[in-house]
Amino acid sequence: MIDALTGVLVIPAIAAGLLATLPGYRLSARLNVLAALLTFLTAISLFVVEPTSGSYLLVDDLNKVFIVLTTFVGFTTSVFSASYIGHEIEIGRLTTAFVRFYHAMYQVLMFAMNLALVANNIGLMWVAIEMATLTTVLMVGIYRTHEALEAAWKYFILGSVGIALALFGTILVYMAARPVIGEGLEAMVWTILVRHAAKFDPALLNVAFIFLLLGYGTKVGLAPLHAWLPDAHAEGPTPISAVLSGLLLNVALYALLRFKMLLALNPAAIAPGPLMVIMGLVSCLFAAFMLYRRRDIKRMFAYSSIEHMGIIVFAFGMGGALANFAGLLHMTMHSLTKSAIFFAVGRLTVTNPVLGWGLVLGVVAIAGLPPLGIFMSEFLVVSSTFAREPWLATILVLGILVALGGLFLRLNTIAFGAPRGPTAPAEASYVPMFAHLAIVFMAGIYMPPALVDGFQNVARLLG
Amino acid sequence: MRGLSFDIAHLLAGSLVLVSFMQLYQDRLYALLNIYALHALVLAASVAWQAFIQDAPHLYLTAVIALLFKAIVIPTALHRIIVRLGIHREIETVVGVGPAMLLGMGLVALSMVVMLRVTAEADPLAREDLAFSLSVVLLGLLMMVTRRNAVSQVVGFMSLENGLVLAATGAKGMPLVVEISVAFSVLIAFIVIGIFLFRIRERFDTVDVQALDRFRGERR
Repeated sequence: MIDALTGVLVIPAIAAGLLATLPGYRLSARLNVLAALLTFLTAISLFVVEPTSGSYLLVDDLNKVFIVLTTFVGFTTSVFSASYIGHEIEIGRLTTAFVRFYHAMYQVLMFAMNLALVANNIGLMWVAIEMATLTTVLMVGIYRTHEALEAAWKYFILGSVGIALALFGTILVYMAARPVIGEGLEAMVWTILVRHAAKFDPALLNVAFIFLLLGYGTKVGLAPLHAWLPDAHAEGPTPISAVLSGLLLNVALYALLRFKMLLALNPAAIAPGPLMVIMGLVSCLFAAFMLYRRRDIKRMFAYSSIEHMGIIVFAFGMGGALANFAGLLHMTMHSLTKSAIFFAVGRLTVTNPVLGWGLVLGVVAIAGLPPLGIFMSEFLVVSSTFAREPWLATILVLGILVALGGLFLRLNTIAFGAPRGPTAPAEASYVPMFAHLAIVFMAGIYMPPALVDGFQNVARLLG
Repeated sequence: MRGLSFDIAHLLAGSLVLVSFMQLYQDRLYALLNIYALHALVLAASVAWQAFIQDAPHLYLTAVIALLFKAIVIPTALHRIIVRLGIHREIETVVGVGPAMLLGMGLVALSMVVMLRVTAEADPLAREDLAFSLSVVLLGLLMMVTRRNAVSQVVGFMSLENGLVLAATGAKGMPLVVEISVAFSVLIAFIVIGIFLFRIRERFDTVDVQALDRFRGERR
């Protein structure tokens, strides 16, 4: 029996198989879009009919939000990717064989991310995140230039170290759960772990969380472990940069949040919040200052992603209904805005007014100016922190302002400058970018009560 | 549980740490690969012994995978790659052998202190296994950091994975799903690496990662 939960896995899996065999990039680009759309619709249906969770797959209010966001950005990126790939083939940067590989990998990546989000088993989740990492490594290196290879190699080495640490943490969680739940599969199932978390050995759980924080934190792009992220963003194909920034970071964050919930249930274990607050603040400040030195535009937005992931991790680390709500909102807004920016990257207002102004709008949004959605969520993060820890909020505001300055200093050259060298008038699709920006704009002015309720519900769940 | 079976498990896990140390001071790629094969062999023996004392037949499968795949197939394949690339000369290390060994000892001490303290209530076998496997993981990391050559970084990564397998088998009754996935991930990792090595070969005529550093994006 196939319900919506298996649907979000089966559709990308079948599509990946088909795309690997089909020749002709036009057809496969369309098929890619179609598969992503179907996955998105299936994900939406999770809100209508909620399937029952089994011992392998799980659906609850938390991962529903993540799944819908992932499949939505996955769909819009596939639309953008269709026009992008067409252009790459025209100028001869990619051959058709590579494009076939690219499309198949795109669906494998969607499959892996969805699997990580719906997995009810900490081992399965780890496998899925590792799979997503390896897929993106291959995609980052697809141009086979010097820079692309270096970026992919760096990403691969750092990513696998992170993933290895995460596995060690996963094993430790199992070790902590085993004396309480008993041997076997049950001691790795989220729903069962959560029920018994209070009785786990706190010391073992603490060490496990440190490993998980370092391991999955590498994938989130937190500050001391972020070195792979700017290179991977700068050298890969642009749709992949959009997916990396908009989605893969979120998936790793989701894993971290799940383990945080587990630790929060054990009164004797360390509070995971302060650790996340520190890492978040450090990432935010560090990345904000790094924005000033970047000359490559994609690299700069990669640092901006680190900054925003820092803010999000900070918000979740603070915890509490309001900060969690703000973190969740900020994550959604960041995903949408950042992928919109990557859809328009490299366009000047002179050569391509529509995309160029779209890029300007995107930068204004990502810098956190009112009345756009990111302003709302950043304001919520800061104000909820001010009420509790004014000092931390001051540091956070400093980071946000420094980043704002950095982005605006560069805005002049990246959008209003005169074209240098031969400009290829790439006819990228406008629709995905403006769809994203429209949502971000809407969210800054009016949020539907149903959405607010949903987010509040999840925020309470996160504790 | 204490007694001979415990002693043998202890011996095998301890030897794995020892072989990790041996990897640290190898300065030739062929020798490094041979030591890696030994590493995988010790791992296979250790896993098989765990399968025997835990009475968990599925662990034998993990042992066989370690033996066939990690001790034979991968070293042979890497050997051929090295021959084809003609890079069997010395390995360039970032840190000298002496400091690397000292760092390694520090890491092993660290993992003993951390793991033995937090697992005070677990059964002694699992405790020591975890402490040893964390040592192997950290030594693998150290090796990845102290080598510049892409092949030896890969070997460092694989010995790190061996440490993870040791941890997973030491955790009694851990579902097979995970072990297979670990073995599987090594396979994928190897394919990825293989592709990378050949691509690097195509473009650079060297697998020295330092050569890649010349192409830092920021210096454009």
